[in-house]
This record gives sequence, structure tokens and C-alpha cells, in this order.
Amino acid sequence: MSWNKKHLLDIESLTADEIVTVLDTARAFKAVGERAIKKVPALRGKTVVNLFIEPSTRTRISFELAAQRLTADIVNFSADASSFKKGETLKDTAKNLEALNADFIIIRHSASGAPHFLSRVVNASIINAGDGAHEHPTQALLDAFTIREHKKKIVGLNVTILGDILYSRVARSNIWALTKLGAKVTLCGPSTLVPKTFEQMGCRVTHEVDEAIRDADIIHLLRIQHERQRKTMFPSIGEYTTLFGLNKARLAKTKSDALIMHPGPINRGVEIDSEIADCSRSLILEQVTNGLAVRMAVLFLLNGGKGPQEVAT
Amino acid sequence: MLGASLDVGCWMLELLIFPMSEATVILDANAIGRALTRTAHEIAERNENSVEVVLIGIPEGGVPLAQRLGKILSEIWKISVPIGSLDVSMHRDDLDQRAAPKIHPTKIPFDVNGKIVVLVDDVLFSGRTIRAALDALNDFGRPMKIQLAVLIDRGHRDLPIKADFVGKNVPTAANEKVHVRIGEKDEVILERK
Repeated sequence: MSWNKKHLLDIESLTADEIVTVLDTARAFKAVGERAIKKVPALRGKTVVNLFIEPSTRTRISFELAAQRLTADIVNFSADASSFKKGETLKDTAKNLEALNADFIIIRHSASGAPHFLSRVVNASIINAGDGAHEHPTQALLDAFTIREHKKKIVGLNVTILGDILYSRVARSNIWALTKLGAKVTLCGPSTLVPKTFEQMGCRVTHEVDEAIRDADIIHLLRIQHERQRKTMFPSIGEYTTLFGLNKARLAKTKSDALIMHPGPINRGVEIDSEIADCSRSLILEQVTNGLAVRMAVLFLLNGGKGPQEVAT
Repeated sequence: MLGASLDVGCWMLELLIFPMSEATVILDANAIGRALTRTAHEIAERNENSVEVVLIGIPEGGVPLAQRLGKILSEIWKISVPIGSLDVSMHRDDLDQRAAPKIHPTKIPFDVNGKIVVLVDDVLFSGRTIRAALDALNDFGRPMKIQLAVLIDRGHRDLPIKADFVGKNVPTAANEKVHVRIGEKDEVILERK
């Protein structure tokens, strides 16, 4: 158990011990969500701002509910209904939020490093809710939480991440988290979207889907990030589905206890067959439930001040 | 720095690092056993209707003590006494003043509505943990009564809180520490700096 961080900017700078601390803390918050009264006063009087410069449903709502369940006040701020349209810079927007005494700023931005920049210019705690193709730390934490809950451990597991790795912040955060926790990560997808350079992050890269998922304990699917691709990276969606989509026939050739994950939003019939998305081996909706618990844990831990962990009896 | 980060589990380490501090065993296993037996009898005497009584330990120290008390009470009453654990860390009043505390599981596998809840903790000091516990318990229902049992009352209250059942009153100085260890070897240690 250790946590002394003020910001959650990425997984890369976390230790395995810190990741485990978040997961352990999240377990208690998941239990809170299952009670009749789902709210605790841990962040009473704190102000949280959701600064979402890029569209999001799942993550924004998840953070919003997490803050509310911790009794914080939360304000949502989205790009299309804000002064960004009038030419205000990110720094000025953040400074204005700080002038309103925001304690936490949760930022999603299309530019990699935007949360890191904010952490240098304002005093609030910054949480990265996705920055470009760089990182999406709470997604990786909730994925690790979900895996640990089902498989009871992470060390030694075979995790295959299948899809658009190149443009995926979810993939990068997951690679960091899973390798730090001792899993064996395999990346698979079209060679244009899964370059060999990812091997430098400590994972295996292959372009043969059947081989990639054969020994997998977890198959983690990713959506094609059309919005980030400057040019077409493969001939057609149909071809992608044929070559890399997860269907019944492919799933039959995997381990019988292999579980399927997806950070959403899913594109039914593209990276995943509709039937498989809804099957008992799919953890997709559980990931959403766990995301709330993990985000409560992150807010709770970041709210802690400096000094010893010891509490007054 | 190391001294600042110690907790109950690693007091021995601190003793190695700060040989100036002095530790005395103030209760051994026998004395703890006697104190718990007496406390259990006091709980039984106060609460004649045994079926209404449930024990809830506050982690970490209160949980094994609740189990011990529950065992003795079950022998006195010849019925099994429900036992739970209640983590209070989300209800503390000092959350942004120190590193976030470790959270333990809350397990209350029974309905507290209309029950006599005996909260169990190892050491009563400032009273802030108990205030948080009363608050946390609110989320689970409305007990008929809440009582408090502690193994050690060391004084120095910050809040108007008093235990109903005390294993031993130990006068202490504010800078001393009381460590309760329940497990393979039961003992209570008073550490002076």
C-alpha cells in the first residue's frame, strides 16, 4: 500500500505497488456501489471539473458519478459549448477553473501530454481521462481490476490486445499496466496499425490473429480509431473484419476460459460479432461497472494529503 | 521519514531504527483473555435480549477482537452472535490532511435495523474513528442502540465519545503509542519515545 501522487497523468510513471494500491482501494468502492446507500462523504466540499475537449460518454459519466458518489461537486465542461470556440487557450481555461477553486480537473484532450502541461500550470490535481493516442490511465486500471477479479491474479497471464494499437491510448496504458504487473502481452492487428516498434514496450507483436489468441487468457479488443487516422491504414472495414474480427469460429479455437474485453464503444460486426459481445465470456459491461469503482478509488487516493498514512484512533 | 510512516504492523522496525524508544508489554495474552471474558460478560449483563445483539469490528484491530468477543458471548448465550466488520476510512474527517488511508473490506452480512450493535475497536484515543464509524453505520440502517467496546482506553479524547465497555484503562502521554497485537501471540505494548 503506497500512494503519494497528486496527479494521475499516466501509467508509465506508476510503480506496480501503486497500481495494486488503486486496485485494492477500488475493491472497497465497488462494494459501496452495491449497497442501498451508494454514497460516502470522502470528498465532501471538493470541486471536480470534467474538462472534456474531446467527445466521451462512458468516461465522462463514469467520472461524474464517481465524484457524486464521493459527495464532491462536479461541473461538466465540453468543448463545443465553451470558450474554446471563442479562441481561449487550454491554459487560460484551466486558470479560470482554478480561479473557481477547482480541486480536481479531469481532462480529455486530443493532444498527447495536455494533462502533463496542465499539471505544471495549475494547482489542482489533474487526472488524465485520455490524451490523444498517448494514455488513458483509468481505463487500464479498470481493465487490470476486471482481469484480477476474474482470474484472481495478473502475473503470468497471456493477454492479447487485438486491433488498432497504433492510435490507441487504451493499448498503451494497458501495455504499461499489464507488463508492470507481470502479464505476457501480445499485440495483434494489421501491420500498419501494429508496428514492430511496440516490441520495445516489452510485448510480442504478431499479425496472425489465430496464433495471437490461441493461448490467450484475455482477449482485449480495440475499436478502429477512424478519427485519429490521417489516411486509410487498411483496404476496407470488410477486410478488417474478415482478417481480424472476433467471430464464433475464431473464438472456438481459443482456450475455453479465455475472456473477452473491450473498452467501448464497440462496433458490432466490425471488430466483434454481435453474438460474442453479449456472450457469457464477455466482460464488456462489467468493465463499465468496475470503471466507476476504479475512478472513485483514484479520486479518493489523490485527495489524500502529504505525510504519513497513519490515522488517529 | 521512516519513523513517520510506521503503522501498527511495523512498530518493531521502528524500535530497531530508534533504539531510544522504549517499549513495555502492558498486557500479556492471559491478561487480554481475562479482559475480553469480563467485557463479554458485561455486554451480556447489559443486553438481556441476546438475539438482538450483533458485533461489528473496526479494521484492523477491532476485527479479531470482535471475533474473540463473539466466541465468548456465544458460549454465554448458547446462540451464535452475528459478527461483521466496518471500514470507516471513507468517513474520516482528516482525509485530505494525510496520505489516503488503506481501506479494508466492510462485511455486514446481516440487517442492523432494530439491532443492538456493539462496535468493537482495539484502542480508544481521540474518538475520531468512532465518530466516523457512527457515520458509516448510518448507511446500513438504523440500529436500535449502538454501544462501544474497546480493549484499551488510553484517554486524550478530542470528541465527546465514551466507551460502554473497556478492557483496560491505560493512562498515557500524548506522544506515546499503544500497539495491540492479536494473533499468534496476543499482547499490548506501550511505546515511549
